[in-house]
Amino acid sequence: MTKTDELDMTVINNILEITNLTKKFSDNVAVDDISFVVPKGKCFGLLGPNGAGKTTTIEMLEGILSPTSGSITYKGRKIDHDYHQEVGIQFQHTSIQDFLSVHETLKMFTQFYNETTPVDELIKTCSLENILDRDTRKLSGGQRQRLLLALAILNNPKLVFLDEPTTGLDPQARRNFWQLVNRIKKQNKTVLLTTHYMDEAESLCDEIIIMDHGKIIEQGTPQELLDQNFDGVVISLPSETSIRLKEANIEYLENNNRIEITTQNTEETVKMLLEKTIPITNMQIRSPNLEDLFIKLTGNQLRA
Amino acid sequence: MLNRIIAILVARNKEFVRDRGTLAWNFILPIFLLVGFSFMFGGDGKALYKIGVLTGEKIDIKEFQSDFLNLKHIEQVKYTDLKSAILKVDQHKIDLLVDFANKQYWINETSSKGYIAENLLLAKHKDFEVQKTSGKAVRYVDWVMPGILGMNMMFSCLFGVGYVIVRYRKNGVLKRFQATPLTAFEFLSAQVLSRLSIVLIVTVILFVGSNLILDFYVLGSSFDLFIVALVGATSLISLSLLIASISHSEELVGGLLNMVSWPMMFLSGVWFSLEGAHPYVQQAASVLPLTHILQAARAITTDGVALAGVQSHLYILIAMTIVFLSLGSWLFDWGSERT
Repeated sequence: MTKTDELDMTVINNILEITNLTKKFSDNVAVDDISFVVPKGKCFGLLGPNGAGKTTTIEMLEGILSPTSGSITYKGRKIDHDYHQEVGIQFQHTSIQDFLSVHETLKMFTQFYNETTPVDELIKTCSLENILDRDTRKLSGGQRQRLLLALAILNNPKLVFLDEPTTGLDPQARRNFWQLVNRIKKQNKTVLLTTHYMDEAESLCDEIIIMDHGKIIEQGTPQELLDQNFDGVVISLPSETSIRLKEANIEYLENNNRIEITTQNTEETVKMLLEKTIPITNMQIRSPNLEDLFIKLTGNQLRA
Repeated sequence: MLNRIIAILVARNKEFVRDRGTLAWNFILPIFLLVGFSFMFGGDGKALYKIGVLTGEKIDIKEFQSDFLNLKHIEQVKYTDLKSAILKVDQHKIDLLVDFANKQYWINETSSKGYIAENLLLAKHKDFEVQKTSGKAVRYVDWVMPGILGMNMMFSCLFGVGYVIVRYRKNGVLKRFQATPLTAFEFLSAQVLSRLSIVLIVTVILFVGSNLILDFYVLGSSFDLFIVALVGATSLISLSLLIASISHSEELVGGLLNMVSWPMMFLSGVWFSLEGAHPYVQQAASVLPLTHILQAARAITTDGVALAGVQSHLYILIAMTIVFLSLGSWLFDWGSERT
């Protein structure tokens, strides 16, 4: 295989290639020299707490923000004006024009693109049938996100950006939204998602990047990362036990108002707790998840 | 490209029409002002008889040594051009025009004050020959009508475009558009066309509607008046786009729009003529688009001038449009770049 063939294969396999990307706002370095590739046809997650740089990163990839330095290539070419004909974007904070119905909004956006998915198909994909005539100002959070998703995919994009799409939604609406994203994934589209919900990332993402302070601190599939970083289970105790654990010199982490101890040997750890007369009432034992991984990597809880 | 412009134009027009409060205000305020002024200044209100005296370029009125002109409560106005002087009689701006050299006078048959003035003249100069004209009086409301419609147009263009764009920028509507193939030029063109169509429709409805009630004096062509409104509104919208392009908050855009609209309110001749104003004030007024719109509109309505006669005003307005739009497009920001 020649070098050109190898390059072509890379381009075929990776829809986006990001090299040494940096973004500075005055003196603040929001994104600090990051490089990664987004494979074609996968759901790729950017995870991190507020201020980690994930929204700045995704907005540079969307062509909305210009990088301070570094390069972004889409299908092997630099981002140009035609880029927005081929990608779909759902922002974290955005609004749509007032006094228009859902149907009118969809019709307006279809006029912006050369090729679009038929509106009826879009309505079905995003479950908009019952709100078509509703004024966009009167939509609930979930309905609004469904409309914004429809706007993001109405040009039948190869690559869809979803920036914290379920922030502020109730659990039911979030799960409904996940179903919609799974429908999009089945259409063989590449999805680039940012989220601070670990269950969302675990449910939707094939591959993730964890960012903090503008840098990539971990990258891989969720299972790979968990396997690499954990060997055992998590024992979770009520927060009141923290004083006794400190006295007994037992290492722990705090997560969601609970105390968590990671161990490879459950029986021995429980035995030790009982020996030191630490109460195990309301004890829970579970497998580690992405949230545990983040806490381990950064010492911080993932937060909105 | 045209599809995208039309899509934004239609959406913006729907937004305007469906926002009932804004829509109503665009009609109510100017009607209220016009009707109010017609009542306030409806009466004659003048104590003097105004007599026009036709003279040669170098002849002083005093040389006529007329007993008629020496009567009390007679105000004399000197005219050297017969045609423009007769127009003043037609418009009731003067009650009588007298040509002492040729012993003739002009009177408007419909003017009651002209009848009294004629009898006063004939008491002193029995051999003068009458020349009759006719024509409606130019009332203050006829004079102020272009001012009020122009002022309404100005506020609608400035605040209707400037505020909307800054609101779109703040709430992320612009950012959403930026994520589509829509270009800044297409977006701005749609905003200009949308507001232009709205302003022209509102102005035509207001003009026709209030004309039914107040029967305006319009000597020139209504089509010419429409062209002045079209060119004028375009320049005002362009000015608003320029201001909106550099404003990131409602407070700033509000301040900047007030900064340009209030001088136009007072210096462009909306309410009173600038003829007697200090030359510095007149110079300052000449850089304001509304001044040129009103001077052109009044030349058409009260003097019957055709478009060719107001072309200098139109050229200035077109030049202003080109400068404002070019700067506005160059400085336009979708609002996505944080600092």
